[in-house]
Amino acid sequence: MSRKTKSVFLERRAYRQRRFADGARMLPLFGAALFFIPLLWSLTDDKVTLTSYVMSFVFLSWVGLIIISAFVSSKLPKDMPDAAPAKDE
Amino acid sequence: MATLNVLIVVSLLYVVLLFTVAFAADRAALHGRGTWLRSPWVYTLSLSIYCTAWTFYGAVGYAARSGLEYLTIYLGPTLVMIGWWWTLRKMVRIGRSQRITSIADLISSRYGKSNLLAVFVTLLAVVGTTPYIALQLQSVTLSFAAFAEADPDAGVLNSPYTALWVASGLALFTILFGTRNLDANERHHGVVMAIALEAVVKLFALLAVGVFVVWGLAGGIDETLARIDASEIARWEVPGSRWVGVTLLSAAALLCLPRMFQVLVVENEDESHLRTASWAFPAYLMLMSLFVVPIAAIGLDLMPKGSNPDLFVLTLPLQEGREGLAILSFLGGFSSATSMVIVAAIALSTMLSNHVVMPIWLRMTGNMAVMSGDVRQVALLARRLSIAGVVLLGYVYLRLSSGSEALAAIGLVSFAGVAQLLPALLGGIFWRGATRSGAMTGLLVGFAIWLYALFLPSFGASVIISQDVMDHGPAGIGWLRPRALFGAQGMDPLVHAVMWSMLLNTFSFIFVSVLTFPKPLERLQGAQFVNVFQHSATTGSWTGGLAQSEDLLLMSQRILGPTEAQAFFTNAAAHQGLSGYLPEPSPDFLQQLERELSGSVGGATAHAMISQIVGGATVSVQDLMAVADETAQIMEYSSQLETKSQELARTARQLRVANKKLTQISDQKDTFLSQISHELRTPMTSIRAFSEILRDSDGISEADTSKYSSIIHDEAVRLTRLLDDLLDLSVLENGQVVLNTEKGSLSALLERSISAADGEKGTLDIHNHQPEKDIIIDTDLDRLAQVFINLITNARKYCDAKEPVLTITSSRNGGDVVIDFIDNGSGIPADMHAVVFEKFSRISHSRVGGAGLGLAICSEIMTRLGGQVGVVPAQQGTAFRVTLPDSATTSGVKTNA
Repeated sequence: MSRKTKSVFLERRAYRQRRFADGARMLPLFGAALFFIPLLWSLTDDKVTLTSYVMSFVFLSWVGLIIISAFVSSKLPKDMPDAAPAKDE
Repeated sequence: MATLNVLIVVSLLYVVLLFTVAFAADRAALHGRGTWLRSPWVYTLSLSIYCTAWTFYGAVGYAARSGLEYLTIYLGPTLVMIGWWWTLRKMVRIGRSQRITSIADLISSRYGKSNLLAVFVTLLAVVGTTPYIALQLQSVTLSFAAFAEADPDAGVLNSPYTALWVASGLALFTILFGTRNLDANERHHGVVMAIALEAVVKLFALLAVGVFVVWGLAGGIDETLARIDASEIARWEVPGSRWVGVTLLSAAALLCLPRMFQVLVVENEDESHLRTASWAFPAYLMLMSLFVVPIAAIGLDLMPKGSNPDLFVLTLPLQEGREGLAILSFLGGFSSATSMVIVAAIALSTMLSNHVVMPIWLRMTGNMAVMSGDVRQVALLARRLSIAGVVLLGYVYLRLSSGSEALAAIGLVSFAGVAQLLPALLGGIFWRGATRSGAMTGLLVGFAIWLYALFLPSFGASVIISQDVMDHGPAGIGWLRPRALFGAQGMDPLVHAVMWSMLLNTFSFIFVSVLTFPKPLERLQGAQFVNVFQHSATTGSWTGGLAQSEDLLLMSQRILGPTEAQAFFTNAAAHQGLSGYLPEPSPDFLQQLERELSGSVGGATAHAMISQIVGGATVSVQDLMAVADETAQIMEYSSQLETKSQELARTARQLRVANKKLTQISDQKDTFLSQISHELRTPMTSIRAFSEILRDSDGISEADTSKYSSIIHDEAVRLTRLLDDLLDLSVLENGQVVLNTEKGSLSALLERSISAADGEKGTLDIHNHQPEKDIIIDTDLDRLAQVFINLITNARKYCDAKEPVLTITSSRNGGDVVIDFIDNGSGIPADMHAVVFEKFSRISHSRVGGAGLGLAICSEIMTRLGGQVGVVPAQQGTAFRVTLPDSATTSGVKTNA
């Protein structure tokens, strides 16, 4: 009986951890998208993109990525084996 | 100005500091102290060897020339580190559980432990890394030269031999701390510590220069930004293809560079360090690249035209009179250059020694699998020579190329070269269908394209590839122009080469992998690598404890026996200076134990058992296969033994049965002989007696004489008949009887038999019942008649009814002809039914008149005729049944048809 109630809590935590793992996998793609945004700015010729502008943007997003990565890494499970994709919820 | 002298002194002191730190760290690791060695921060800092002198000096130059493009070199690794959960974690897990020593080891091990693949990867690594080493040496030389320019007194250090001195010093350091002993895990604690220190120094130096430039020279952040906007690099003009391409290229390089693999995977102490490094290392990279553009912009502003922008980090402080800062900056550059060369030399020497030198040496001296002291010495020597060789090669490349290209260009060419390993690497880790042939093909294709489209043209026009080929392609084939393959014109050469090489590499890798079938070892390794998370928990480190010794003792007692195991362990403990039964599970002790155990259970099993206890839960595939081999052999042997013992049991059984039969037959023979002698003696006695009387007595009357003579005659006749019967029976039994088959009528035969048998009339009343349709039989009629006569005679002799009646009936039963002879006597008792057909068997001994062979002869005759004769049970009186098959073929006998 007590085991049943315990498993409800575990499942939530495990679910959380899995979502964080998914987030961790998506993070580099998100980062790549972020870093490639400056390319969009130079599509038109009339507006001149300033190096300083791009520099500020890139470094700010860089710092943001670092902070997000630190947060996500701390939340990731310590010792969870990589579940096969088919078994993921 | 004695700047140069100060510089030299400071440099030498710094080098001494590095040596000291490395030495102390090695000592601490050896004695088991120093948990600070295992800090995730040391791990993160050691990753900084990615930032070489190219970063320190070349980034500014790169920025001065191409604006923000230099950032892409650091964005790529940032993305890879952030995505550690996906790729790096798997690589580290595989590296630890499979005890991988280098990237060549990883790739070759994944694809079935293919040494050919390892050699090729090693070659690729050496070719790709040599220019990079040359680059580092050049940067140190240039930085020395920058100081020498500022100091007119200098002369001696402004020589090309500076590079040689630096190279020798680096080789010495690496040999000293990289090849102390052969650690099975290939960890070099001293080197890692020294590199971590250098990482701090170079970050500090670059930040210091940056701070100086922004606040010292420009006067604040806003001013700096304004200066940037006013400089030559104000506009962001990085081509999109370069921005994306170089980012991806540097991401690939982080995974594939041998030196990065060394610090990321091989030197990794704990998987959880990756967790910290995943955000800390990008932070390091960000800080390193933060001030690059300000330095470049201010430098372009303040430095005289034509000065090398690569050295702004150094020359700016020098020009502004900040010698202390300049020296610090120099130390930073020196750190960057030397840390790269050291780790690269270690990584390359490991690959060269493990995959090139040792296999050749082992093959030359016969394959000895045991790591004797001799082999260890050779391995160490090979390592040291490789280190010296690699560094020397870099120096040679430097002299040959004499620093023609800008620093940055060589770096990217090198990156593009090692990036060719990426498909084979990632495919091997994630895809079980990747095969060795596929990896080999991909590598060859990628390498060839890289060589042709990027590396060789980089030497400059007409050095290796002629200008004609560059313009019109080899033999005039426009589609194979090195810078415009397959019609891709106008592309940036680097992006062009990277695109084609990676595309064709990947496609050929996938294509060939899909077509080929991997060998068993490849498939096993594939499963091990791709499913590594299912197999291994985080593998514990090698540190054993007394608890493991106890387990080992328990296990050994079971195998060696308690007394012997305890004696062995006590001895080993005494050697280690411990009292009691339990020694420390040091590698030497484990090896001795393994040898001891393999005497009893075989080498593979012993190794597997020990590594079970000491080395964590996973047993290597090779161990398993060896154990499986041994087990299979043992099983085969035991199953052979089982079959043999079964055969033996069967043979024994058969022998017992045969023996019993032979004993029976022997008994029968004895019985037969005694019976015969008895039968023969009786008439012989009469004959002798009466013939004696006739011979000896006178005056016998004529009536007596004739009476005695007729008795003698009758007895002789009887004897003759007995002998005839015996002969007949033996002939029948041996199957040498000659049968005369002919067709005849059954009833006619019966009539003949009755009249022949019933010589004395009146004693037996015979009723012969025949069917209406006469039965025609095709057999030996005389023999059959013999049987009928015998049966009728028996009835006459033994029927004990008051008025004996014999009934003969013939009928058809299926395909057989059945003739019954039934009398009205008392019959034969049930238990005698089978015995009655034996030789010399007589039911009642009261009547004389037969030797007892008649029914035996009948039985034999009927067998020869293909039929049978038997007693019919439960009849009133004796009932014999003769059965004849319709097609009366005889068995195994010569016939005169």
